[in-house]
Amino acid sequence: MAKRIDVSGLTAYYGSHKAIDDISMTVEPRSVTAFIGPSGCGKSTFLRTLNRMHEVTPGGRVEGKVMLDDENLYGKDVDPVAVRRTVGMVFQRPNPFPTMSIFDNVAAGLRLNGNYKKSELAEVVERSLKGANLWNEVKDRLNKPGSGLSGGQQQRLCIARAIAVEPDVLLMDEPCSALDPISTLAIEDLISELKERFTIVIVTHNMQQAARVSDRTAFFNLAAVGQPGKLVEIDETERIFSNPSVQATEDYISGRFG
Amino acid sequence: MAITTDNNAPAPPVAERASTSTGRAGDKIFLGLSRGSGILLLVIMASIAVFLTYRASLALSQNEGNFLTTFDWNPAGDPPVFGIAVLLFGTIVSSVIAMVIAVPIAVGIALFISHYAPRRLAAPLAYVVDLLAAVPSIIYGIWGALFLVPYLEGLNLWLDQFLGWTYIFEKTQVGVARSLFTVGILLAIMILPIVTSVSREVFLQVPRMNEEAALALGATRWEVIRLSVLPFGRSGVISASMLGLGRALGETMAVATVLSPSFVISLHLLDPGGGTFAQNIAAKFDEATELGRDALIASGLVLFVLTLLVNGAARLIIARRKEYSGANA
Amino acid sequence: MSNAIQDAAPTQAPPRRDSLSHRRMPRWAPAGFAAVSIALGVGIGTATGLESRIQWGLIAAAFFVVISYAATSAVENRRQAKDRLATSVVWVCFVLAVVPLLSLVWVTVSRGIKVLDGYFLTHSMAGVPGFEPGGGVYHALIGTLEQVGLATLVSAPIGLLTAVYLVEYGKGSLAKAVTFFVDVMTGIPSIVAGLFILSIMLIAGLAPSGLMGALALAILMIPVVVRSTEEMLKLVPNELREAALALGVPKWRVILKVVIPTAVGGITTGVMLAIARIAGETAPIMLLVFGSQLINTNPFEGAQSSLPFYIWEQYRVGNEASYDRAWAAALVLIAFVMILNLVARGIARWKAPKTGR
Repeated sequence: MAKRIDVSGLTAYYGSHKAIDDISMTVEPRSVTAFIGPSGCGKSTFLRTLNRMHEVTPGGRVEGKVMLDDENLYGKDVDPVAVRRTVGMVFQRPNPFPTMSIFDNVAAGLRLNGNYKKSELAEVVERSLKGANLWNEVKDRLNKPGSGLSGGQQQRLCIARAIAVEPDVLLMDEPCSALDPISTLAIEDLISELKERFTIVIVTHNMQQAARVSDRTAFFNLAAVGQPGKLVEIDETERIFSNPSVQATEDYISGRFG
Repeated sequence: MAITTDNNAPAPPVAERASTSTGRAGDKIFLGLSRGSGILLLVIMASIAVFLTYRASLALSQNEGNFLTTFDWNPAGDPPVFGIAVLLFGTIVSSVIAMVIAVPIAVGIALFISHYAPRRLAAPLAYVVDLLAAVPSIIYGIWGALFLVPYLEGLNLWLDQFLGWTYIFEKTQVGVARSLFTVGILLAIMILPIVTSVSREVFLQVPRMNEEAALALGATRWEVIRLSVLPFGRSGVISASMLGLGRALGETMAVATVLSPSFVISLHLLDPGGGTFAQNIAAKFDEATELGRDALIASGLVLFVLTLLVNGAARLIIARRKEYSGANA
Repeated sequence: MSNAIQDAAPTQAPPRRDSLSHRRMPRWAPAGFAAVSIALGVGIGTATGLESRIQWGLIAAAFFVVISYAATSAVENRRQAKDRLATSVVWVCFVLAVVPLLSLVWVTVSRGIKVLDGYFLTHSMAGVPGFEPGGGVYHALIGTLEQVGLATLVSAPIGLLTAVYLVEYGKGSLAKAVTFFVDVMTGIPSIVAGLFILSIMLIAGLAPSGLMGALALAILMIPVVVRSTEEMLKLVPNELREAALALGVPKWRVILKVVIPTAVGGITTGVMLAIARIAGETAPIMLLVFGSQLINTNPFEGAQSSLPFYIWEQYRVGNEASYDRAWAAALVLIAFVMILNLVARGIARWKAPKTGR
C-alpha cells in the first residue's frame, strides 16, 4: 500500500529558469516527511514533481528519476494521469469542487476510475470522511455544496477526497497555512492518524508544525534569489531540530535568517 | 482575482470621511450628475417601450387582419391587412438553427483557446476571434449572399438526399439556397465570435486550484474540463449564448441580404422563403406609407419584447446559478 | 452526474491497478489521423463526384473524430479514448469555425482591392449611374465619421457617469435597476433603436438627418460604454480609494483624480470598441438618415450616407460594378473598424492597471 519514494538527480525548470537543482532523497513509507525552508527554495516545486503536477504549469519541465517502489514516475510509457491517481495531493488553499455536494466531492475520484454501485460509493465516502475526521460534522448534510463548509472543514473534505481513491502517497502543500489554529490542530491530528496507512510528505512554513507531525525533515535552501533551490539535508526530525549536521539548517531553525 | 472563497469577504465599503464644505457641494453635484445619467438610462428604456407602443397602437387600430395570425403584410392595401405570424416563425426558426450550430462549436473553440491550443497560438487566436466579433453585419451579409449561398448548394442537396425523410430537410423547390436554413448558418457564423469570446473569458477564470484539484485526483484533460471547467463556466456559457441569441433575433442586414422573402410558413427549411422581423422592416421600409411605418414599428415592438424576454431569462439563470455555485464572480 | 458506462465491469472497491504505465499512442498520432481523414474526405469527395468542398470537409472531420476515438480505445483504454474524442472534437470545432471566418476576410480583401484607390476614397456617387463603374465612397465616409462622432459625444459622458454611479455610489434599488437595464439595453437590436427614434420623428414631424441616426447609434453605444467602464473601475484597487479618502480628499475628487485616471486606459479602450461596434450598423441609418448619393457635410440637416448603408445600397443595385463598389466599401469599413480595435487594444495593453494577473 504505502510506498517508498526514491528520488535521484531531480532538476525542475520553469521555462529556462532552473527552480530546483539535482535533488536526491528517500522518503520512507508509513511516515511523515516534512519539507522546510525559506520562501522560494523550491520545496513546493519539488513536492509537485512527486506526482507530475509540476509539468502542468506552463513551461514546467523535469529531469531526473522518481522511483515509487520499483517504478519510475518519469519512465517512458508512464501515464501522468495514473501517477496522480496513485500519489494524491492536498493543496495550500482548500479547493473542493464548488458546484458539487459534499458527497460528490468525495466520490469524484472514484467516479473517474470506474463504475461503482450507489451503495459502494456511499461506503467509500463514509469511510473516507471518517478517515478525515469529518464524518460527524457533515453526515446530515452530505448533499449540501462543499463550499458551504468552514475553511478547516473544507480542507478535511479535500483530504477525504484524496484518500477516497486509496493513493499510495499523500502530498500536502502547506495544508494549514490558510487555516486558524484550531483547524490546524485538527489537521495535524489527522496527519498522525493517516501515516498509519499512507506515505505522507508535507511542505510547511511552520517549524513547530514540522517538529510536531513529522518523523523526518528535509531542509531546502537557495544560495540567492534567482538561484535554484537545493536540498541541504534530510534526517530524523529530532536530529534536525536538536543537532543538525549543517550550519545553515541550524541558523534557519534558530531563526537567524529566513 | 475575481474569485474569492466565502471566508474571504469583500473589502468593507469605503467609509465616508468628514470633508470640507466645498467637498460636500462637489460631492452633491457629482453624485447628482452620475445618478442622473443612471436615471436617464432608465428613462430611455421606458420611452422606447412607450413610444413604440403608442405608434404600434395607431397601426393596430386600423389593421383589418389579425396581427398575430395573418399571413400577409399589406398595410397600404384597402383594407390594410398585416400580421406577424410568418415573421415570428422565421425569426425563431432561424435563430434556433443558429444557436444549435453555433453554441456547441463556440464552446469547442473557447475550450480550444483556453485549454487545448499550444500556448504560443492561444493568445493570437483569442485576439483574432475578438477582432472577428467586430466585423459589421452588413459585411457578413454580402459575403453570405454572394459567396456562401452558392457554396451551400451541395450541402443542401446532401441534406435533402439523406435527411429528406425528416420533412424539415426535404427540398421541395429548386433554386438557390436563400432559405431560412442558410440564414441560420450565416447567423451562426456571425454569433460564433461573440459566444466564443465570452465563453473563453469564463473558462480562463476557472480558478487554477479547481483544475488542480481534478488533476491531482488523476483526471484526464477532458475530465478536468468536465469536473472543473464546465460546471464553473456553465452560467457564463448560458449568458454568452443568450447574448448570441439576442443578436441573432435582431439581426437585420445579414438576413435581408441573404433571404429571399415570402409570406408563407413552411417547415421545409431548405426552401427559399419566410421572413424575420428585422428583415421585413428593412425590406418594407422604403415604400411604406405612414401607416406602413407604424405597422413596421408594431412588428419591431414584438421583436423588442422578444429580446427583452431572452435577456431577462438569461439574467435570472445567471443570478440563480451564482448563488448556488458560491463562486461570487 | 454519474458518468457510468454500463458495460464496463465494475472493479472491487478500493480500486487497484497494476502499473502506472500502459501502451500509449505515439505523439504523431493525431497528425496522422488528420492526414488519413483528409485523404479519405478528398477521396470520397472526388469518387462520388461531390461538388461542394464543404461536403469534403465535413466527411474528413467526421472521419477524424471517429478514427481518433476508435484507435485510442483499441490501443489505450476507454478513459483515454474519451479524452482523445474530446480533443479531436475541439480541434474540429476550431477548424470548422476558422474556415468561414478566414474566407470572409479573404473574400472581402481580394474583391475589395479591385476598385479601392485614391479616387474611390475621394469621390461621391454624384452623377454616377448605379450600373456603371466609377464613383466613390467619400460622402459615405463623411457621413459615418459625423454620425459616429455625434453618437460618441452623446453616449460617452452618459455611459461614463452611469458607470461611475454604479461602481462608486451604487447601492440600493436604483443601482440594481440600472444594472439590470444596462444588460437589457445591450440586447436591443439596432433596428429597434432605429424604430424608436423613428417613432419620435413621426410624432415630432422631424426630417431624416445624420443627427437622428447618431441618436439611435448612441442608444446602442451607451450600454457598451457603461459595461466596459464599469469593469475598468472595478479593477481599481480599493486601497487606492481608501488611501486618498484617508487623506481627507472629498469623494468626488478621489473619483476624478485617482479612480478615473487609473482606469483611463481601459475606459478609452471600451469607448473605442463601442465606436467600432456602432460604425458598422446599417439598420438605424437606413431608417433615419435615408441615404444619399451626394456629399452632405451637415449632419443636422438633410439625408446623408454612411459606409455600411453604402454597401447595402450598392449590393441592392445588383450588378458587377456595384458589387465591386460594395466590396471596396466593405474593405474600407473593415479597415476602419479593425484599426479602431487594434489601437484600442494597444492602449489597453499599454495602460493596463497592474492587477497581478
